[in-house]
Order: sequence, then structure tokens, then C-alpha cells
Amino acid sequence: MSLKLGVPSKGRLMDDTFAWFAARGVALRRNGNAREYAGAVDGADGVELVLLSAGEIPRELAAGRIHLGVTGSDLVREKLADWPTQVVELAPMGFGHANLIIAVPAAWADVETLDDLDAVAAAFRAQHGFRLRIATKYHRLVREFLRDQGVADYQLVDSQGATEGTVKNLTAEAVADITSSGETLRANHLKILDGALIHQSQATLFAARAADWGNGRAARLAALAAQLGLAAPEL
Amino acid sequence: MAAKAAARAAGARLLAAFRAAGAQEVEADILQPAEALLDLYGEDIRARAYVTSDPLRGELMLRPDFTVPVVQAHMANGADPARYCYLGEVFRAQEHRSSRAPEYFQAGYEVFDRADPEAADAEVFALFSRLLAPLNLTAAIGDIGLLMDAVRGLDTLPARRAALLRHIWRPARFQALLARYAAPPAPTASRAALLAGTPPRAHWVGLRSAADMAARLAALRADAAAPPIAAAEVAGLARLFAVRAPAPQALADLTALSTEIPAIAPAVARLARRLAALAARGVNLDRVTYQASHGLGTMEYYDGFVFSFTAAAPGLPPVASGGRYDALTAVLGAGRSIPAVGGVIRPGLVAELEGAA
Repeated sequence: MSLKLGVPSKGRLMDDTFAWFAARGVALRRNGNAREYAGAVDGADGVELVLLSAGEIPRELAAGRIHLGVTGSDLVREKLADWPTQVVELAPMGFGHANLIIAVPAAWADVETLDDLDAVAAAFRAQHGFRLRIATKYHRLVREFLRDQGVADYQLVDSQGATEGTVKNLTAEAVADITSSGETLRANHLKILDGALIHQSQATLFAARAADWGNGRAARLAALAAQLGLAAPEL
Repeated sequence: MAAKAAARAAGARLLAAFRAAGAQEVEADILQPAEALLDLYGEDIRARAYVTSDPLRGELMLRPDFTVPVVQAHMANGADPARYCYLGEVFRAQEHRSSRAPEYFQAGYEVFDRADPEAADAEVFALFSRLLAPLNLTAAIGDIGLLMDAVRGLDTLPARRAALLRHIWRPARFQALLARYAAPPAPTASRAALLAGTPPRAHWVGLRSAADMAARLAALRADAAAPPIAAAEVAGLARLFAVRAPAPQALADLTALSTEIPAIAPAVARLARRLAALAARGVNLDRVTYQASHGLGTMEYYDGFVFSFTAAAPGLPPVASGGRYDALTAVLGAGRSIPAVGGVIRPGLVAELEGAA
């Protein structure tokens, strides 16, 4: 029986994933029509390519509907509670790097660290009557980080895109988002807080603990792992 | 299903005992507006409560406890004094895989009475102690108000005392702040320059204003100019937080400490009255452990007497817990407040322990 490998269905992430596998002798390709979400695998027996939105790959892994999947390590940590009990990290892939950080207005000269942010949150609540708003789509990661750091008197407001604009639009006082170069933050007059690197994300190959590994699939995984130069995982 | 029926039956027994003790039975909605709970507990409650919504009322939570709705109902139209009891399910989302139940019954008893707070503390604890006596539980008490008084008595800036009080329920953060006030680290070069001069001109975005920043800079300058909290005061606090002994011994220890930390003397006198009231109600104080840090790191609304009853089996949550939450009634009371104390028993655990016995 074959293994289902979930790969992002478009863009840079798909191209880099294809290149990563190709460099290890496994050719992934889409079927002829670039709009068709189906593909093929050459160079590895019994591996079936499934093209998916990168954001849905964590969920498909958790449900065991795919055996292997490529997605950002940030998405797995955000979307899967107790992620190590649901998936195994097979290999960080060395691309798709992005840092999940907290940023505040660059004009806040008095705020450099999380201690400052916590103190400002208390003063802001007293002054403005509501908790300091942090715009993000990474609710779990940000909340766990701020709880571990003992920051209080903040609230998370959901922002699924253009998050850096929320401060200027007065719908948030700070943002927690991924950044690679920091250009967008600077363009929106924001700066990164010291000590607020929540997660360093990169594209990662995961295996699903809940998938069906019977019928020879575990052996196929071992063979594929050997071909990719990886240790066979404990599932 | 059998476990749930047993829990409900145990809860009904507890509720009857609470009614017999003079409490009026009250109900609370399962769907609670999220906003009040978020303002009270902060964003962390989202991880612990089930959040849902409807298109008209917005965000709602499945009630994570009864205290907030009971206090709200009392502050809106309660008699004074009043005693309430309730039985129902509470819902706690689990962020991590564990055997903890996501829904379970709570049977609760709450006293709103300004006449004699220590007597009310003793009334709740003694009632719980009597109802739980067959289960041979370990009883622990503490007093968060006493710790808060010690912090309020520190000889330092009011802003530092306020910052410490704000984090008293977050022990790691509290200790980090205390360490910083006791031995301030050298400021970074940029911080030193900022405090010495004026902030660099920058494009301002967002709701926090330049005036807000100016106020914080003034506070930072005042903090930088203030002497550190004396080592003797920090050591006194450490000894206070470490007190853990059978209640009569702890009272003696705290009485001795109150010569060094005079700010706790009134709270120690209240503890003495509370222990006397407990003894008068037949509680064997030698079997009650006083633990100064009891109740820290849990729900952040207790601000006085706190207690718990725990089974010997490892890994179980407390069978019962409670405490005094005077400040909560002010927060939810729109300008009014009333001394309040209460607690909950988990009938599911009671039934389980009775079944095992």
C-alpha cells in the first residue's frame, strides 16, 4: 500500500519542496495541467503525491489522512495541540525561513523588551480602559509564549492578513506575525521587541502518528527515509 | 454514564447539606458573555474555557466556573447578607492531552456577609471539612491578603508595590520583578540615553499616545533614581512566602515574623481570629497545613483566606477549593462591594473516592 505525501500546492514553497526531494533522487511533479491539483512521484516506490494548501497540511496530518506532509513548523505548532503527540518531525528542510515575533510601534522608545511591554500593557489598560491589543493569526503560540513570560493585561485580536497595518488603523497596539526580512514591519513604522522571538519557522517534513502504517507502509517509510538520508522515525 | 449519575447523586447530597446550612439555591446560565471573563482572567482563559459565539450576542463561553455569574447576580439584586449554593457542570478546555475531565460537576457554597469575615471564612471551611470528613483528605489553607499586605508594606516606590501586587498570582514573574527591584541591573546603553535625554523623533502610529510614553518615561526615571528594595525586606518576604507548617505552628511563625514585617500584623491578627473560629467549630487545626503560597498560580481573584482539600492519590485535582474574593465583588459590582467567601466541591471526585473506599 502506498504512502500519501502532502505537499503545498503552489508557489515558492511547492517549488522549493520539489527541489529538496529532487536533490535526494525523488522527483515530484505536477500532472501536465498546471491548474490540476494532482501529481506523480518518480524515484520512490509506493509514494503518492497529494497537493494541498500549506495551511491545511497540519490538519490532514493530525487526522492521519496523509502519511507525510511538508508545511511550516509554525503552522504545525499553531494548529495542533500537543503537536509532538500528533506528528513526528522528520527533517527541517532549510527553506521557507520566517520568524514569529512581536512588534510594536518604532516610536515607542520606552519599549525594548517584554518587561517593557508588560508594564506598558498595565498602564495602557489603566489609561484607555481596555487591554492592550495584539493583532495576530498565531493565537496559540502567542498566548502560550506570553503566559510563560508572565505578560498580562493584553488581548489578542484576530488578523488573518495585512497584520502590520492594524496599528496604524487603530485596531491594535502591537502585532505578532512572521517576518523574514523585517521590511514590511519597517514600512509600517514597527520594530521587533528584544526577547520576543516566539518561533523560528522553516519548511519541515512531518510524519503523521495517526496515519495507517500497516500493510507494508512502515517498511516503505523506512526505505524512503533511507533514500532521503534520514533516520527512520519512531511512530 | 454511571460515573456521571454517581457524580450528580453526590452533588445532590452536597447541595442538600448546603441548603440545610442556610444557603439559597441559585442557577447560572451555561453560556456566559466572554467579555467579563476575559477582562477578569485575561487572555489565558481562552485556553482554559470553551469559546463559542452566536451572530447576535458575539463571543460566549461555556461557564468555566460559577463564581462570576453568582457574584454578578448578587451585586445586581442580592440581599445583604446572603448565602448561596449551586450544583452544575463547568467546562474546562484541555490544551494538552491528559486525563483531566473537560466537563464536571461543581457543588458550591458562597457567603456574602460583612459582619464578621473571619467567622464567614471558618463557616465555609468547617462546613466543607465536615462534609468531606469520611474521605480523609489533606486540608491546606493560606492567606493571599497577608502576602499582599506584606508587599504593600515594602519601603519603596508605590509604582513598584503596584507592579508586584499586579503579578502576585504569577509567582515567577513576581520573583523576577522583586529581584530586579532589589538589585537593579545596569540599564542598556539605549535605555540610559533615553532616560538622560529626550526620545528620538519618530513617526507615531497607533492609539498609545506620546503623552502615554511621556508618563512612562517619568515613571522609569523615578524608578532609576529610587534606591533598591533593601535586602532585609527581600529576605523577610522570602521567609514569609516559605512558611509551611501545621496551622498553630504557622501562626506562631507568622506572629514572630510580624515584628520584622509590621505590615502583616493586622492580617496575622485576623488569622488568629480565623483559627480560633475554626477550632470553635470543631476543626482539628493540627491536621490543617498553613502554606503561605497556597492559592498563588491559580485563578487570580482570591485576595484573602484560601483553602483546599486534596486526596492522597497522586495526579488528582483538589476535591474542594475556595477562598475569599472581596476585590472581585468590587470589580463586578459597579462601585459597590461586599466581603465574600466561598468554595466548590467536585462531587465526581467525591463519588469516585467513596467508590474506592
